[in-house]
Amino acid sequence: MYDILIVGSGGAGLSCALEAQKRGQKVAVITQSFPTNAATCMAQGGLNAAIYSDKGDSPSLHTEDTIKGAAGLADKQMVLSMCEGAKEQIEWLDSIGMPFSRNKDRVAQRKFGAASRDRTTYSQDYTGLKLLHTLYDNCLKEEIEFLDDTFVLDLVVEEATCRGVVTLKGREVEVIESSSVVLATGGYAGIYHGFTTNAAESTGDGAAMALRAGAKLSDMEFVQFHPTSLKNSSALVSESARGAGGFLVNENGERFIDELMTRDEVSRAVFLQIQRGGEVFLDIRHLGDEFISKNLPQEKKLIQIHENLNPSCELIPIAPAAHYSMGGIDVDVNLQTSIKSLYAIGECSNVKVHGANRLGGNSLLEIVYFGRAVVSKIEKSSLHVEIKKHETVAQKRIDALLSSNKSDTFFKLRDSLGKELFEKAGIFRNKISLEELVKNIKEISKRFDKLTVSSSSLLVSHLKFKNSLDIAKVVALSALKREESRGAHYRDDFKKLSKEALHSYAGLKNSSLECRISK
Amino acid sequence: MKIEIQETVYEIPTKEQTLLSALIYIRENIDSTLEFNYNCKSGVCGVCSIRVNNQETLLCEYKAQDSDKIEPLLHKKEPQELLKKVQSWLHVNSLKPMGKASEELIEKQSDCILCGSCFSACPVLYVKPSFLGPYALTRVWRYVADIREGDKRGFLERIQKNGIWDCTLCGECTLACPVGIDSKSDILYLRTKSMQAGHFDPTPQPSFGNDFGFNPNF
Repeated sequence: MYDILIVGSGGAGLSCALEAQKRGQKVAVITQSFPTNAATCMAQGGLNAAIYSDKGDSPSLHTEDTIKGAAGLADKQMVLSMCEGAKEQIEWLDSIGMPFSRNKDRVAQRKFGAASRDRTTYSQDYTGLKLLHTLYDNCLKEEIEFLDDTFVLDLVVEEATCRGVVTLKGREVEVIESSSVVLATGGYAGIYHGFTTNAAESTGDGAAMALRAGAKLSDMEFVQFHPTSLKNSSALVSESARGAGGFLVNENGERFIDELMTRDEVSRAVFLQIQRGGEVFLDIRHLGDEFISKNLPQEKKLIQIHENLNPSCELIPIAPAAHYSMGGIDVDVNLQTSIKSLYAIGECSNVKVHGANRLGGNSLLEIVYFGRAVVSKIEKSSLHVEIKKHETVAQKRIDALLSSNKSDTFFKLRDSLGKELFEKAGIFRNKISLEELVKNIKEISKRFDKLTVSSSSLLVSHLKFKNSLDIAKVVALSALKREESRGAHYRDDFKKLSKEALHSYAGLKNSSLECRISK
Repeated sequence: MKIEIQETVYEIPTKEQTLLSALIYIRENIDSTLEFNYNCKSGVCGVCSIRVNNQETLLCEYKAQDSDKIEPLLHKKEPQELLKKVQSWLHVNSLKPMGKASEELIEKQSDCILCGSCFSACPVLYVKPSFLGPYALTRVWRYVADIREGDKRGFLERIQKNGIWDCTLCGECTLACPVGIDSKSDILYLRTKSMQAGHFDPTPQPSFGNDFGFNPNF
C-alpha cells in the first residue's frame, strides 16, 4: 500500500517522486518501459524562468507573456504561481546537479517565440534529456521505488474516489493499491499517427483511463502544431533554430512570416504555403557551420539522418506536425481531478497555464513546478475496495483479447486514424470536416472492436491504440462544439474569437461521451 | 532488399529509410510477432539500441542497407543496479559557482541516453561480468568533473574494484556510442585522478627485474 502512486516517469513524475520522498511519503513510480524513456527527453529547447531582475525580466512579465499566448484560456492564478515559482525551480535543479548552460557565472538564457525577454534557460541543445537524467540520478540517490515495464490498464475508482491502479505486466493483471494516485502520463498528440513529432508512446493513456473512470477532460481540441518538423519523418527541429535567427522561406526563397510569432500563427502560415502547392524550408545557412555544430548539433544530426542533407549549406524541407496537447485531464487549483484522490500533472493534465496556445519553454517549467507542488496538496483516501473484483474483471478482458490465435492487427486502423485527425482536426477545421471525422472515428472503432490480439508482444500497443481512439473522439467532439477560432484551434467557418473565453469539458454520461462549452 | 534478423531473412522494398522504419514495415506487413523497442524516433530515449553487422547503433539513427544482420545487444544490465553501485549523483554540493568553462567540462558526458550500446560493445564483460562498464564510469566522471561536487574522493573509492583498472582501453565503447561520448578517455581521466588521490593500478605490471622467469609481455 502506497501513500502516493505516480503513473509515468517523465519530468513531472520524477519531480513529484522526489518531493514526495522528501516529505516522507511512501511513493512508487510506475513506468511503461524504463524511467528515462519519456517525452521529456525530447524537449530540448529549454525552461522559462525570470531569474535575474537586473536584466529587466520579472515573474509578472513572464505571466503576462504566458497569458497573452493562452488567448483567454489561462487561469491567471495558476500562471502567476508557476511564473513566481520558476526561479526557485532553477535554483533547485542547479543544486541537484542540472548542468545548465552558463553565460560567465550565470545561468544563460535565450529568447523564445512570443517572449518579451531572454528568459529560456537551457543545457546546450539537450535540455529535456539532461533535466530528465538529473532527476533520475536523484531518484536513485533517494531510493525511489520504480515499477518498470508495467502498463496501467485502468484506475481503481469506487464512489468517485481513486484507490489505486490496475496494471498489466506481460499477460498478468495486478491491482496496486494506493491512498492517492498521480497521473503523469504525458500528452496525446501522438494520436496524430504519422503527423506528429511525438514519441510512439504518447497516446493519451492517462486521459483515456481518467475519462473511463468518470473524470472530466477539458480543452481537448487544443493541440499545438509545431511549425518546423522535418517533412519526411516529422522529426522535430527545435524552436531554438528560429530563436537563433533561422528563417522560414517558401520555394521562391521568400520569407512570409515573422518566425518568432506564436507557434499557432507560424504553423498556419506554413500550412497555407503548403496548401497552395508550395514548399516551405527552414534556412539556417547564414548562421554558419561553426555556430550550427556548436549550438544545434542534435538538429544537425537529425536533419542529416532523416533528410539526408547538410543544414549548414542546404535548405531544410519542413511541415507542421502535431506536437503538444494543451488540453487534458481537468484539475482544480489543488491539481485534483474530478475524482477524489486522483491528481494529474504535466502534459496529461489541463492546469490551464497554456490555454489555447503554449509558449516554448513553458512545458518543462510546468512539469517541474506542478510536479513538486502537487505533493503538499494531496489528500489521501481510506476507502475500502475489493481488490480481487477489479483484478478478475480486467484479467477476463485481457484473456478474451488473447484467446484467438489468428487475428488482424490494428496497424492500418492506426494509420487511418492519424490521417483522419490531421486532415479533419488539424491546423484548420470546420463543421463539415469535424462531423465527418466523428463519423469516421466511429467506423474505425467498430472495426477495432472486432479485433483480437494474436501475439502478446502486441498487447500493450493494441491497448494504447484503444486509448488513442477514446481520446480522438473527445478531440473531434470538442473541436466541433467550439464554434470560434482561438489559439491553436482554428475554424474555417468561425474565424473570429468569441467575446467570452470559455472552456470545453468532456466526460462520459451513461457511458456516452458528452461535451459542453462553459466557464 | 534483404534484412536478416536473428537468422530470419525478410525481403522489403528498397528505399532510403532508417532501420527503424524498415523494422516497423516488417512488423506491420510481414511478421507481427517481431519484437523490438522504440519510442522517440530521434535518438534520445535510448530504448532502440541494437547490433547491426556486429556494431551497436540506434534503430532510429541507422540507415538500412541490403543484407544488414540484426541482433539484440550482447550484455544487458539494468542501469539502475550499476548506477546505484557507483552512486553517480551529486553527493555534496560545494556551492562553488559553475561557470562556462566548468559547464563545458561535463557537456558531453551529460549527453548519455543510457542506451547500453557501450556496455554491449565492451569486450571486458565477456571475461569479467562484474566489470562496471563504460557508461557507469562515464557518469562517475560526469560528477567528479562537476565543479559543484564537494566529495570527489568518495567516487574514486567506489570505482577501484571492478572499475577503471579493468578497462583495456580498447576504445570499442567510444565507437559504439550514438551520442559521441568517449568513455575510454573518461576512464583515463578517472585513472589520473585516482593516482593523484593515492590509489594505484592493482594489476601486475611488467617488470624487468624479478618476473619469476615468465612474463607474457616479453
